[in-house]
Amino acid sequence: MSSRPPRSSSPAGDRPPAGGDSPSIARQGKRTGERVIITALFTCAVLSVAVTVGIVAVLLVDTVSFFSQSGLVEFLTGTVWAPGAGAGEGGQYGMLPLLSGTLMIGVGSIVVGLPLGLLTAIYLSEYANPRVRGVLKPTLEILAGIPTVIVGFFALQFITPDLLRRIFGDDRVFIFNAAAGSIAVGLMILPIIASISEDAMRAVPSSLREAAFGLGASKRQVSLRVVVPAALSGISASVILAFSRAVGETMAVTIAAGNTPTMTWNYFESIQTLTASIAQTVRGEVAAGTVRYDALFALGMTLFLLTLVMNLVSARIVRRYRQVYS
Amino acid sequence: MTASAEVLAPSRLRRGASRTGFKIFVDAAFAALLFMGTIVGVIALATLIWTIFDQGWERLVADPAGFLSNYVSRLPARAGIRAALVGSAYLMVLTALFTFPVGVGAAIYLEEFAPRNRVTNFVEANIANLAGVPSVVYGLLGLGIFARFLRMGPSLLAGALTLTVMSLPVVIVAAREAIRAVPEGIRLGAYALGATKWQTVSRQVLPAAMPGTLTGTILALSRAIGETAPLLVIGLPIVIFSLPNDLRDPVSALPLLIFDWTSRPQPAFAAAAAAASIILLALLLAMNAVAIFLRNRYTIRW
Repeated sequence: MSSRPPRSSSPAGDRPPAGGDSPSIARQGKRTGERVIITALFTCAVLSVAVTVGIVAVLLVDTVSFFSQSGLVEFLTGTVWAPGAGAGEGGQYGMLPLLSGTLMIGVGSIVVGLPLGLLTAIYLSEYANPRVRGVLKPTLEILAGIPTVIVGFFALQFITPDLLRRIFGDDRVFIFNAAAGSIAVGLMILPIIASISEDAMRAVPSSLREAAFGLGASKRQVSLRVVVPAALSGISASVILAFSRAVGETMAVTIAAGNTPTMTWNYFESIQTLTASIAQTVRGEVAAGTVRYDALFALGMTLFLLTLVMNLVSARIVRRYRQVYS
Repeated sequence: MTASAEVLAPSRLRRGASRTGFKIFVDAAFAALLFMGTIVGVIALATLIWTIFDQGWERLVADPAGFLSNYVSRLPARAGIRAALVGSAYLMVLTALFTFPVGVGAAIYLEEFAPRNRVTNFVEANIANLAGVPSVVYGLLGLGIFARFLRMGPSLLAGALTLTVMSLPVVIVAAREAIRAVPEGIRLGAYALGATKWQTVSRQVLPAAMPGTLTGTILALSRAIGETAPLLVIGLPIVIFSLPNDLRDPVSALPLLIFDWTSRPQPAFAAAAAAASIILLALLLAMNAVAIFLRNRYTIRW
């Protein structure tokens, strides 16, 4: 800003000597300033990479420490999850019960969310008039924006007592059960499946629909035999993404599905997911450096890798289907 | 294209045409099924809100001032949300202060300055992946780095930073979309008047992109403020009898308190949890209303 660099006089020899002098100083100053600004902006963008590095580093350090104390084989194949209560002494760290609990919630929530989400997507994309759409889409956004802890409260206070227990009987349905957790998470992923699938269906060129109508197909036939097959990659991407969200969901399953790490396929029993196990562990003060504390990060690493793979697959499918029509 | 040709095999259509009455019935049934499937989500939302109000409204109106201004208590009738409400407000303001400049800065760089190269592609792919990381994993990041490694402990600062890294990808994506929506003619016009790149971006592009950016930021914040898991993992307290004076002071948050009350066996605490949920929902609704207002009032249609 302050002084003009001497070299600028030689290339700018053809400039008007009087008037062009001071703006040239200003511009010169701004360019260095601008370089600083661009560097700052670049730093902001790279900060996101630092976050990823941070996540991986944090998870890795304690995961490695965990596996040095507790075996990798036991973690991956053990069927008992019973963390030691003492100062890192003893305890069994077999992840399979947590993984099966997570899978139950994932599958259960897809069973609830996929049909509803798909029906909603077809309705919004093919049937609803603009005014109905204008009401339904924001409503779904509100549903997607309800804090998960409140959905958990709803599952515990309504879905289990007033829905499941009323239908299946108090003696069969536990207070904490995988079914209530699945329904709650299913409601959370419904808007994800609906909105991504709807986008995929709306991206199907109307010429395909018009061709089918021209051949005498009804709206139902066009929807089911033209639009849905053409949007299938987008729909499957939405399902994978929704499954990934369900796997990572913490509060609703902690509140409604219980904290019992068991290997069961009975949806009316209490289970525990990977996320719920993390939540349960941190609620009781765990001292850093104990096996139990390190186990948190091993579970976090498992969760991170599971969701990462699913998100990557989903993103890849989305990229592929975009190339088809645009 | 080939898929649709197979799907619409002529034989099928002929069969459909020969049974017109049946086809009309099936079509109507299908339309009804679609509508019912769609309505289930709406009914679920309505039931959820009804359940919260049914259980919490009485508790809330019985002593609204006390509920808002009391600290937590072992007695459900005396318990209030003061520390949690104030904590959530502090967390929201700090998270906004951290997230907004960094998120907008990253978005400006990626949209306006980034060269098309591997580094940029990597950064973009990385942001997309971060958006899919479960919130509880962000909690572990906060626990490992902010709370333990940087010795912040379960403090306001650690909580706000954890929510910041969680919200950042969402804000970046929203800001990028808003910046991308500014037409190229605006930039070219500024260049033609002799503006430098940064002058163009800071005085033309950014103001034009601000409504969309603010809307996206508020929506990201409203998600962050409803989050429980990351705050739980970094160890923010629930039972606390003071308000924070300093960044290093411990704070509580509304979702944490709702979680704690929900998991207590006494029905009176369930009522308190529902009452606190009403407050949280009202807060989120207000934030969404502001976002929608900004979007409708200030968005420029090119």
